[in-house]
Amino acid sequence: MSIIEFLEGPAWKASAAAFLIFAGWRLVVILTAGRRHPGAEPIGSPLLGAVGTTLRHFVPRPAFWRRPKVWFVSLAGYAFHLGLFAVLLFAAPHVAFIRDHILGLEWAALPRWGFIVAAEFAFAGLLTLWVRRFVDPVVRLVSRPDDHIAAGLTFLVMLTGCMALGEQSVALRAIHLGLAELWLVYFPFSSLMHTFTWVFSRAVTGAEAGRRGVHW
Amino acid sequence: MTASDAPKRMDRQGDAPDTARVAAALEGFLAEFGPRASIYLNACVRCGLCAEACHFYLETGEAKYVPIGKVKPFEDAYHRTTGAFAWLMRAVGMAPRLTAAELEAWEELIYDSCNLCGRCTEVCPMGIDIAELVAEARHGMYHAGFVPDRLAEITRNAESRHSPFGTPEDFRRTIHAIEGEFGVSLPMDKPKADLLLTLAPGDLEEHHRSVVGLARILDHLGVDWTLSSDAFEATNFGYLSGNRELQAELTVRLVDKAKEIGASTILLPECGHAWTAARWELSRWYDGPLEGLRIRHIVEYLAEAVESGKLRFRQVRETATFHDPCQQIRRGGMERAARVVLAALGFDLRELPDHGETAFCCGGGGGVLSNARAEPLRLRAFELKRRQVEETGAHRFVTSCGQCRLSFDRGRAATGWDKAVESLIEIAAENLVEDTRDAG
Repeated sequence: MSIIEFLEGPAWKASAAAFLIFAGWRLVVILTAGRRHPGAEPIGSPLLGAVGTTLRHFVPRPAFWRRPKVWFVSLAGYAFHLGLFAVLLFAAPHVAFIRDHILGLEWAALPRWGFIVAAEFAFAGLLTLWVRRFVDPVVRLVSRPDDHIAAGLTFLVMLTGCMALGEQSVALRAIHLGLAELWLVYFPFSSLMHTFTWVFSRAVTGAEAGRRGVHW
Repeated sequence: MTASDAPKRMDRQGDAPDTARVAAALEGFLAEFGPRASIYLNACVRCGLCAEACHFYLETGEAKYVPIGKVKPFEDAYHRTTGAFAWLMRAVGMAPRLTAAELEAWEELIYDSCNLCGRCTEVCPMGIDIAELVAEARHGMYHAGFVPDRLAEITRNAESRHSPFGTPEDFRRTIHAIEGEFGVSLPMDKPKADLLLTLAPGDLEEHHRSVVGLARILDHLGVDWTLSSDAFEATNFGYLSGNRELQAELTVRLVDKAKEIGASTILLPECGHAWTAARWELSRWYDGPLEGLRIRHIVEYLAEAVESGKLRFRQVRETATFHDPCQQIRRGGMERAARVVLAALGFDLRELPDHGETAFCCGGGGGVLSNARAEPLRLRAFELKRRQVEETGAHRFVTSCGQCRLSFDRGRAATGWDKAVESLIEIAAENLVEDTRDAG
């Protein structure tokens, strides 16, 4: 068995399984922790509050538009996340991989220029936010080693993915796939879990806000 | 973030050894790790945007005031004890360790520099309710004996003397004194009444006109009401200090008294955190709504009476700006109610640059006003508010929280600012009209 066969076969299955098991475990522990209070008699609708807050926090509210950092982080965040999702789901090699190893389905892939634009957005956003962790005193103070490891791993996966895009080199493809699998295994133990927890966080806050008749 | 970012020597209560303090803190923290805290502590991406909403950070520029950093010991305890991989982290020696030194160092961040105002939630991309996390973190801090001395003393008074203001006897004496001073009748300890009126220590110590105003409004509405000398305290220093046991006792005391006298309403005075503690935290102690009993705040009560045509006011016809008390407005849902009353009074409202649900705190909420040590920091927050009030050019400055008024009064005294802050309820009571033809 060659290295690439190992990475595409047992290693892929093992890392995907680790991702599913540990991420699932973490979500179960989060959602079943401790004692749940029934909540006070509502003024408004907790459900509508949950939906409202989940949507409202996609865009900074006007009271914070005067704060440049709010725009800076929001725009960099969108550049990174939208670029990453476009590359992850629509890069031609990823579409093929998903078809062959995960779903058995395929969809239209990004043209090469589309991949390049999306990747540039993703790199610009990620590097901007990562550099900010070192230079902004507030973010430097609260950043944990995990935040740097998660950013660094994501950066390496993206970088090797771009290098392997032409698929001329098996070695480059193997490096990319190996790093992606490492990223998958690391994911459930890290702040990358915000991929799933963000919606719960906004929703529980929104439900409480809805209960109180306010708009957090 | 390290403990060196915070001051080294804080207040300590009791003489327990450090190991016992850490164990007590962990016990307090553990009691708070429900699904909500758990979700929040697993959602933060450390973007630091919460600092952009915090008046203490904005006014000082000191990174240590970033709101999410204030709950670090609480978060560390979660990852050591409750997190999904706590067992693994402990096994490999990577679990965060709580120390008494760290807890002590964080006392300033948890008590002095957080008003529990919740403005940071509004800017957080994850919508994390950091104020709630700080309130929960205070539970562990209280048990560990790391509370600002002045706040701890007031809390002890609430525990041992019935109220931070004093004993039931002190209350009776003061109520009689107010009756004599203003020539009003304040019903007390009626065996049966439809409404139980509660008061805050500030009302009894300094804001006697508020007490009289509340009485005038209730009498005007023809309500069958009473004060109770053994259930008069609206404020809840159990909530502010992190003493959950006391918080429960103070809340249950009001509910029990209301049930005993057959009241259908517990009315809270112009106080912010009393509303949070009694109205929104009630479900910690009771499963579901209270049968036949409602907890109301005087601001919403007044607005409802205005809208139903039961109350009319002489028109003030002056410009005014309004400070939105955080616990009533952003965290309490009474933004509209306060403006209904202001409009009914005929004020030409000049809103603050940041108002309503995004208003800045007065700087004194969340127990900070009661924490003498925090005064220099509180005055920095006061400056922000003062600038905003002056910017409006309004003739009068009104609010609906006694604690906010005390906070502004302390700030005014310290800085020589000549802008008096007035009580919405007092203004309403002074402008009540008996005959609706007089209202214009």
